[in-house]
Amino acid sequence: MEHLDYQDGNALAGPLSEIFTLDVTTAQGTCAGCGRRGALAELRVYGPQPGLVARCPGCEEVVLTLVRGPKDAWLDLRGSVSLRIPITE
Amino acid sequence: MGIISRAFQGRPRDHDEKLPPGQYLVHDFPVLSAGPTPRVPLDRWEFAIDTAEGEVHRWSWQEFLALPQETPTVDLHCVTKWSKFGTEWRGVSLDVLMEDVESAAEYALAYSYGGYTTNLPLEDLLDGKAWIVYEYDGEELAPAHGGPARLLVPHLYLWKSAKWIKGIRLLNEDWPGFWETAGYHNYGDPWREQRYQGD
Repeated sequence: MEHLDYQDGNALAGPLSEIFTLDVTTAQGTCAGCGRRGALAELRVYGPQPGLVARCPGCEEVVLTLVRGPKDAWLDLRGSVSLRIPITE
Repeated sequence: MGIISRAFQGRPRDHDEKLPPGQYLVHDFPVLSAGPTPRVPLDRWEFAIDTAEGEVHRWSWQEFLALPQETPTVDLHCVTKWSKFGTEWRGVSLDVLMEDVESAAEYALAYSYGGYTTNLPLEDLLDGKAWIVYEYDGEELAPAHGGPARLLVPHLYLWKSAKWIKGIRLLNEDWPGFWETAGYHNYGDPWREQRYQGD
């Protein structure tokens, strides 16, 4: 069996917690490539260097990237149509 | 003679001069990946240069191997701060591939099997500064390092040396690539430490 070169989307939880106050790994996203819907935790995450690249488990297209520089973070949601984020009051 | 001998003063001076700011030296060859490793059968491999004027120049694997070869030995500098000295490659200079290509374009976008892209000024690919390489250290280039063939542009950070190269598009306007649109510097000169946008 080939060694997996990615982690699941739970690997996004720590890095994204710097940006979002909610845990967005439970958010439901829609892939711009194939329309698949699923939690961010289901994405395949490559990296962390030079940046985190989260790909759709259905079509392997890039859903989001996160680059962390010393002073800025760049969150690119290029392959995400929308995110449905559960908010508990 | 001083109390501290030369041996205790850190790295030899020639290494210091070859190491861009903020980099450290490695002796292995780290693999960074932004996606699954493409497996490209050689009978289906093709390299193309397409011009802004709509011309396409294509090479099959056999046609590519029949071109004049060079064996550059170069230092590599990755934006994640490792550098590797004296890496030995075999491939074809972009000067050879561009010989019959006529274009007024000033920019290039390298694109790869698997969808990766990276941009650079066309002049950074010419005059002995860039190659399409298919052997590393006397062996065929492993898929993890970009085989069957990758771009090699050693004077820029290594993300510009696109693995699994499929072609180069010549453009009249600069078109930022995968990492360049995701926060990394548009040009990526290691000697000016151009890592991120705004550096």
